[in-house]
Amino acid sequence: MLGIVGTIPSEEFPLVSGHITLSGDCILIAGHEIPVNRGTAALMAAAVATSEALGVAPPCGYLAGDIGRGKGSRMLYKCLTEELPGSHLQTLTFHYLQPIVHWHNRLQAALTALPVRPYLIADAGYMYVAKMSGKASLYDLFTPDVGELAFLADEEAPHPFYTRGFILHDEVSTPELIARAYRHGNAARNLIVKGNQDYLADRSGILETVDSPVEEALEAMGGTGDTLTGIVSALIDAGMNIRSAAPIAMKANRYAGHLTRPTPATQVMEIIHHIPAALADIMHKERTRTSGM
Amino acid sequence: MSLFGFLKKKIGQQPKKGGASARSDRGILVFENTSEVIHAERILKRESTHIRVMGPPAEIRRGCDLVIEFPLIEKLTILRTLKEASLTPLETVPISSPLLTPVDLFHIKDFGRHLMVRAANMKLTVDKDTGYIVNVSGGGCPDVPYLAQKMVGCTIDDAPSPNEIGHTLCGYALQLAYEEVKRRCSE
Repeated sequence: MLGIVGTIPSEEFPLVSGHITLSGDCILIAGHEIPVNRGTAALMAAAVATSEALGVAPPCGYLAGDIGRGKGSRMLYKCLTEELPGSHLQTLTFHYLQPIVHWHNRLQAALTALPVRPYLIADAGYMYVAKMSGKASLYDLFTPDVGELAFLADEEAPHPFYTRGFILHDEVSTPELIARAYRHGNAARNLIVKGNQDYLADRSGILETVDSPVEEALEAMGGTGDTLTGIVSALIDAGMNIRSAAPIAMKANRYAGHLTRPTPATQVMEIIHHIPAALADIMHKERTRTSGM
Repeated sequence: MSLFGFLKKKIGQQPKKGGASARSDRGILVFENTSEVIHAERILKRESTHIRVMGPPAEIRRGCDLVIEFPLIEKLTILRTLKEASLTPLETVPISSPLLTPVDLFHIKDFGRHLMVRAANMKLTVDKDTGYIVNVSGGGCPDVPYLAQKMVGCTIDDAPSPNEIGHTLCGYALQLAYEEVKRRCSE
């Protein structure tokens, strides 16, 4: 089963866990209805849409309210540290959490103690803390955008806010940044780099590049990176390996975006509604391509 | 040995560099958490103190941490001002090791009707015709969705500033993007 951990922007929202379902423009979890606009709710909605399209069980969510003070994140860190030993998660995706190194390390210790360690995916704040802690290589997949990749590549920066200019500069190519991130031990086993071109990479370099369809407006939209992480998480949990799952996720996310005919003002739920159709199309093409080989 | 004892030892061992001597009159305020730093910065700027928020030295790096650089000579005044606001730094140390500075490189993308400004990992997009903020994206700290919720749909002049309602470094990066958008929209 896929577990997704993150926060939503409310101080009052309690710590909850449970299966996630979609209802219109909201996700439902533990009796709570949460509008999907960006962030972890968007990642969860995309993962549910993908799971439904694949005909597999819905993901399980761990959510708490947090507006940046870290209270909800601390509750999540504590809850997971206590509950992980009794869980049976095959894949675990961490998302918007306050980067707190000592809690990250406690959680990592709990994960390491499991008889079978889940496939570990980190994005957003949890990816930051994974790098800060110096334990990035314990993760299976990071999903940075280009700005976050520069942060991973900067061995000095404790947060993207401090990424040094010579690394952040446009003239530094993505392959250089990827190589630098691995050289300093600040990357997971695999990277999906989200941007005008999407890349799958590992220590050896770029493995796959997806650059179409092109919808420039998607860069400005909040949540399009979250949906990609949600799709790939669900595909991996359904049994695909990263080499198969990543290109499908990158293509499907782009195609779903394309189907919305987006402007920079488009909201992410419009894309999520198109994920099942986009996935069906991309997977059909993949099957056709591989059967014809 | 205490953390700051270790720091002092490191500081003492480091040879002076050209840049360091030029800033040896500056100090660093170290705080418990980022919210306190942002609060302290707001108070000190209100007092027109010449300060700036920076990345902490690697030796005292913590999750989402910031320090405030200030004129060391004004230490007493600054500490009093902070105390009046019930803010007490964990430590006040002179600068003698290299500091990381907040990102100051903006990436601008013009979509025609819409303008996007990226600062570090945060992107802010406005409708140039109406001044409305149409999207906030990027970032990873939990105040990003909160900031987006509060800012999207407001005009750039009416929106709450990330400095006022944000808590983290992502919020701080969004503040930089917000200021750059305001500057460009007023040109």
